[in-house]
Amino acid sequence: MIYLIEDTINGILMGSIYGLTALGLTIIFGVLKVVNFAHGTLLMVSMYAAYWTVSLSGLHPYLALVIVVPVMYVFGYYLQDIVIKPIFKAEKDVREPSTVIIVTTGVWYVLDNLTLMVFGPQYRSLPDNPLQGKMIELGEMFISVPKLWGAITAVATAYAVYYFFQKTRTGRAIRACSLDRDAASLSGINQYKIYNMAFGLGTAVTGIAAVTLVPFYNTFPSVGVLFDIKGFIIVVLGGLGSIPGAIIGGIIVGIIESVGPQFMTATWTEAIVYGLFLLVLFVKPSGLFGVKYDW
Amino acid sequence: MGFLEVNNIDVSYGDVQVIFDLSMHIEEGEVVSIIGGNGAGKSTLLRTISGLMKPSSGRITFKGSSMHTLPPEEIVNHGIVHVPEGRRLFSLMTIKDNLIVGAYNKEADKYKEQTLAQVYEMLPRLKERENQTALTMSGGEQQMVAIGRGLMARPKILMLDEPSLGLAPVLVNSIFETIRKIADQGTTVLLVEQDVNHSLRLSDRGYVLEHGRIALEGRADELLGNPHIKEAYLGI
Repeated sequence: MIYLIEDTINGILMGSIYGLTALGLTIIFGVLKVVNFAHGTLLMVSMYAAYWTVSLSGLHPYLALVIVVPVMYVFGYYLQDIVIKPIFKAEKDVREPSTVIIVTTGVWYVLDNLTLMVFGPQYRSLPDNPLQGKMIELGEMFISVPKLWGAITAVATAYAVYYFFQKTRTGRAIRACSLDRDAASLSGINQYKIYNMAFGLGTAVTGIAAVTLVPFYNTFPSVGVLFDIKGFIIVVLGGLGSIPGAIIGGIIVGIIESVGPQFMTATWTEAIVYGLFLLVLFVKPSGLFGVKYDW
Repeated sequence: MGFLEVNNIDVSYGDVQVIFDLSMHIEEGEVVSIIGGNGAGKSTLLRTISGLMKPSSGRITFKGSSMHTLPPEEIVNHGIVHVPEGRRLFSLMTIKDNLIVGAYNKEADKYKEQTLAQVYEMLPRLKERENQTALTMSGGEQQMVAIGRGLMARPKILMLDEPSLGLAPVLVNSIFETIRKIADQGTTVLLVEQDVNHSLRLSDRGYVLEHGRIALEGRADELLGNPHIKEAYLGI
């Protein structure tokens, strides 16, 4: 019983971090209506940025946020502006331009292999960081400290993003663009600049996720792929474009992965995750928090 | 130098040309109607003036500067504001947020609290419902929001595309009353309508668009008395 509670808690914590890695994906999809296949790659790039910042400066891993978040914002902004926007413009009459998906897949392959070439295939961890292997003891239960920090960061980030969308001038403009592009243009909003900003924001949030992962997770060139597939499942579970949906979807996947192995072989948990994924698609295709009117 | 001048524009969707060598002009403070049947090119004309479409030839100028080369958001900055056909509200946003987004351009943003108060004064129904999402509003209310959102941009010219479309007659009257009020406050109005009677009674001048060309133009009262218009559009 005690293990079940412990696993559930750790599942919720890790799940929140999964949710945070998927949050950027859902932001970008919500505004551009483009499934960004390079999302895991953006996470990988962010993890390298976080890894090198921490290992070169020797600072507390979370201080890397100060560098990683603005760097990733700029990276995402110009990736959209230079690589994706021209394709987007060429297909501007299509609501969900499929060519853009192919381009993001290209970005994924190029960046993953470029990283492999520059940094090599080895797994990199931060062995001496102050969060490494830290546990809180609650009676007989052990709660991972870096995951707890990550979960708190995930919830705080989700709230901040939600607030930004609801209450700021730019946030409203982003929502307007996501709901009706032409009407947004007619209200004086430069839609292509909004797409750049939304892509930058999604990438910056992914940077936050990377900073929470680096203290306890290895950094390597194909690390993004693991989170990519998980991210897609999470955002479809929670509802594409929904901010709370991303976090809740992440927590559901986290709990299944953590509690499942108590009752069965660990590999079966994936089957449950995918089974649930299919079930949601059958029963509520817009996802748990998705709004069907948005389509 | 005219206020808004459209000179000899041709506009096409791909290979299909919709507007042919069209010229028109609007002076400051006027209310001008463009009338015509379905497919005459009325909406296309507004979409071209607001920059959503580009003319393949011809010029559009506002107070002497070219508009046809600018993207829509910069045309809004000049004060040419288009309330599109079918309202096109931001469905999942509240009425208040819809209105505030209307004041996105830099100049209007400075006055947005003030303009919002004016819009609420003119359309008190919107104030009552400011926290409702646009989706939950009735057609007439949605049209009011769309007009309010246009006003939030502090337009010099307000272009309305079929504001009465699909509304009950009693609502049609209240929409036209609202447009009258807007015009009386000094805003230039370009009105595209199928409701020929209502729109010409409200207007100073009118253009009749047929097959992408101006078929008739003149003072509104003259057009109302024109036998061709009586027969083709008023059914008298």
